[in-house]
Amino acid sequence: MSHPVVPIKVYVAVFLMLIALTLTTVAVSKVELGEYNFVVAMTIAVVKGTLVVLFFMHVRQSSAMTKLFVAAGFFWMAILFVFTMSDYLSRGWLPAPGWW
Amino acid sequence: LANSDIALQHPAELKHHFDDVEQQLESSTLGMWIFLATEIMFFGGMFCSYTIYRAAYPEAFASTSRFMNVTIGGINTAVLICSSLTMALAVRSAQLGQKKVLIWLLILTLSLGCVFLGLKAVEYHEKWVDYHIPGPGFHYEDARYARQAQILFYLYFAMTGLHALHMVVGGGLLIALIVMAARNRFSAAWYTPVDMIGLYWHFVDIVWIFLFPLLYLIGHTK
Repeated sequence: MSHPVVPIKVYVAVFLMLIALTLTTVAVSKVELGEYNFVVAMTIAVVKGTLVVLFFMHVRQSSAMTKLFVAAGFFWMAILFVFTMSDYLSRGWLPAPGWW
Repeated sequence: LANSDIALQHPAELKHHFDDVEQQLESSTLGMWIFLATEIMFFGGMFCSYTIYRAAYPEAFASTSRFMNVTIGGINTAVLICSSLTMALAVRSAQLGQKKVLIWLLILTLSLGCVFLGLKAVEYHEKWVDYHIPGPGFHYEDARYARQAQILFYLYFAMTGLHALHMVVGGGLLIALIVMAARNRFSAAWYTPVDMIGLYWHFVDIVWIFLFPLLYLIGHTK
């Protein structure tokens, strides 16, 4: 009712992009890029996730309130990661017995 | 009595505590996203433990990816993306009030979900045959990483298992939608359950979009 009907070709275009990105991420994983393999794989995953959220889940057409809650969900997960990793990754920085 | 009749005059699909259909759909969507935010936290905890152990044991984690079946994992990624497309199209046909198309697209989505779970079962069986199930029977080919690799396989089963459980729940919800659609419960004016379960289905797809590179592709070149 509230969100307008999206043409089929938009869904198909998003679908084709998702398939192309999946093939890309598999192809890139076979190339030795060192640390960048992980960066590329995660960047592609974030792009794919964003496409699904914006187009398949209609967040693009949702109200500002819904968008705020969607962003808050991912922002809180970012807090979880940033605070946890800032602890674990900085443990070796001071001369103290490590746990690994 | 005449006055109360007037007060109760509203479309059948509109619950009387909402101003209009727009507001009703808006509150459903917001409520569903709040639920999905709790799901983001739920899976986020597991992704975070994966990140901690991967940072601690990068070589051991990279060594496990040669025992992951990238072919099945890749096909399953494509299967889930196809099912997200059919689900998005199902919501669209519900918007347009196309009952037959809606039912067929829901059945197609459910079938693709079953294909995913079937392929997952094949993979779990491979892990069983290879002694890669964490526990007393666990055996790892590279003795240097045996203990650390077991952590990754534990995370593999916990994360893909929880994801598969969400797929099973999604399948049950799809069956409920198919029954409701067949009983003419939806119309172009009211199809909220299709819309909300669509959001859930796409969310489960997003979880897999992250699981696939993390579990199957990391350290693939080694």
